[in-house]
Amino acid sequence: MAISYTSREQIEVYRFSVPVTVGVPLAALFLQAFLPRIISFFSIFDLPLLVTIFFAVARRNQVSGLLTGGVIGILQDSLAHRYVGLYGIAKTVVGYVASSLGVKLDLENPGARLMVTFGFYILHEIVYFLVARLLVREAVGFRWGHLAFAALCNAALAVILFMILDRFKRRA
Amino acid sequence: MENIITRYRNFTILVAVLFAQFLGLAMQVKRTTDSQSTLLIRVWAVSTVTPLEKAFVFTTHGIRNVWRNYFYLRGVRRENRELQAEISQMRLEQARLAEDAAQAHRLQALLGFKEQFISQTMPAQVIGSSGSDQSRIIYIDKGARDGLKVDIDQPLPVITDQGIIGRVLRVFHSSSQVLLVNDTSSGVGAILEKSRLQGVLKGTPSGDAVLDKVMSDEQVEPGERVLTSGGDRIFPKGLLIGYVRDVRPGADLFLRVRVRLSANLSKAEEVLVITKVDEREPTAAEARGPVRAIDILTNRLPSVPVKPPSDQPANSEKTPSAAANGGGSAPKTTAGKPAEPKTGIKPNATASVHSVPGVASEQSPALKNKVATSTSTTPRPKVKPAVSATTGATTSPAVAQGNHPDEPVKAPAPAPMVTAPAQDPPAQDLSPQNQPPQGHRR
Repeated sequence: MAISYTSREQIEVYRFSVPVTVGVPLAALFLQAFLPRIISFFSIFDLPLLVTIFFAVARRNQVSGLLTGGVIGILQDSLAHRYVGLYGIAKTVVGYVASSLGVKLDLENPGARLMVTFGFYILHEIVYFLVARLLVREAVGFRWGHLAFAALCNAALAVILFMILDRFKRRA
Repeated sequence: MENIITRYRNFTILVAVLFAQFLGLAMQVKRTTDSQSTLLIRVWAVSTVTPLEKAFVFTTHGIRNVWRNYFYLRGVRRENRELQAEISQMRLEQARLAEDAAQAHRLQALLGFKEQFISQTMPAQVIGSSGSDQSRIIYIDKGARDGLKVDIDQPLPVITDQGIIGRVLRVFHSSSQVLLVNDTSSGVGAILEKSRLQGVLKGTPSGDAVLDKVMSDEQVEPGERVLTSGGDRIFPKGLLIGYVRDVRPGADLFLRVRVRLSANLSKAEEVLVITKVDEREPTAAEARGPVRAIDILTNRLPSVPVKPPSDQPANSEKTPSAAANGGGSAPKTTAGKPAEPKTGIKPNATASVHSVPGVASEQSPALKNKVATSTSTTPRPKVKPAVSATTGATTSPAVAQGNHPDEPVKAPAPAPMVTAPAQDPPAQDLSPQNQPPQGHRR
C-alpha cells in the first residue's frame, strides 16, 4: 500500500531556500499562463495547485501550507478576469488539508502522490465551484467526466514534477 | 477561550485567512457594481508576468522567423506559383464583387442606411493567457502606453482575419486583457447570414460557443455562416463569427445553436484591436459607383430643353424636374458639370445615359455624330427615358420601370439630371481636346 501510517518521529520535515520558495511558485504561474498558448492541452493542468500541494506536504506545517496556497491562489486569480480570491480560497483549503495529511501520512511514494493529488484536485475544484457559484454567482461549469480526466492528468504530472522538485528539498 | 484558540491555533488561522478572503470577495462584488476598477494586486501580477511572456514570445518568434525565412524554404517556388494563380482568380472575383458592392452602396444611400466603417486598428501580439479553463482570456502586448483605453460603454473589439476574437477587458501599462468570445461571461450580438435570425452568442463552461435566443420554431441549417449583428454596440456589423455546428432544442422556447468559431482562439498569435469605428452614410460618390468615361462624356453634352406642357403657363420658370424636387428654381447646368438636384443625391450614371437619346434628336448633325460615337460603345439601357412623352413631367426610374404612376415619388429617388438650360453651353465643351481619351470608354 502506497499510503502508510507513520509515527511523528519517522516523518521528515523539509524546508526550502528563499529562491526556491519564491521562484518555483512564480515559475509555475508563468508557465501556466504561457504554455497553453503553445500547447492547448496544457490548460487542463494546474501547475500552481501542484506546487501548493508539494510545498504543503513537504513542510508538513499547516500554517505554512495554507498561507502558501492562499498567496499562490490570489496571484493566479490576478492573472484571470474573475474575482480575486476564488482560487485563493480553494488553494488555501487544499494547502491546509495537504499539510494536515502530510503530518500523518508518508507521501514520498509515487503511488501515494498520484492518489493524493487526484483527490486534492477534485477537492480544489469542488471548493472553487461552490465559492464561485454560491457566493459570487459566477457562471462556472462542473462536469464530472472532465473533472476526473483532469484530475488524472494532474496526478500523473504531479508524480514527475514532485520528483524534480524533490531535488530542492533540505532537511530541517 | 484563549486555551481553545491556542489549542486550535492552526485551524483558527485557517478560518481567519478564509474570512479575510471572503471579505475581499464581498468588497469586489460591491465595487464592480459601482465602477470598473482594477485591483492593485492584479496590476502587480500582470506587470510581473507579462514582461517575461513578452521576452519568450519575441525570442521564439525570432528563432522561428529566422528558420522559416532563411533556412526552411522548401516548396516556396511551387507555393508562389499557386498563389499567383490564386491572385488571378481573385482579381476576376473582385471585379464581379465590386459591381455588387457599388449596387449595394447605391441602395443604401437611397434608403439612408448608416454604415459602420472600421477606420482605425492596432495590430497586437498575443503573449499569454490566464492558463485556466474557468477564465478564457488572453493577454496582448499593447496597453495604455500604446494608446489603448478601456471604456465601459464602448469596449474595444479584437479580431483576426479569420473572425472575431473578443473584446478588451482591462488595459495595463504595456499589456491588455482580452476576454474571448467563448468565455461564459461574454456575449456577442449575432445574426445568421441566410435566415437573418438574430441571437446572442455566448460561451459555455466547456469552451464552446452557443447562439442563444433563437426561437424554437425557426429553421436553422448546420453550416450556415454566423456574423456579428452590431446589436451589442461593440463589434461592427458583418464580421464573421463562425458556422453553425449543430442545432438542438434548448431551454424554454429557444433553440440551442452550437457555433464553430472561425477564428482559432487558442492559437491566435497576431490580432487587430479596432480602436475606432465610424458610423456614416455612404456618400453620393460612393453610391454612384465608379465614374465611367461615358458618364463624363454625356455630362458635357448640352441639356435637354424641356418643353413646357400645354396645360402649364408658358411663362412658368419651373421645370418638371425642379417641380419634382420640391418646386424650387431649376438647377442649372454649368459648363461641363451638372448641378445637383435638391434631394442631395447626385444623379447616377443610369440617369445620365437616359438623357442621351433625347439630346441627340434635337441637336445639329455634327452633334448627333458625336453622341452617336460616344454612345455606340455602350449598350443602350432597356429602361424607358425618364421624360414623359405626354406631359413632359419628369418621372423617377422606379415609375418608368413599371411602378404605378399614381404612387408618390419619394424625394431620394434619382431624378434625371438634365434640366432646361438658360442657354446652350459654349461650343468648346464639345471640342475634341476636351473629350476623354478613347481608351477610357467602355
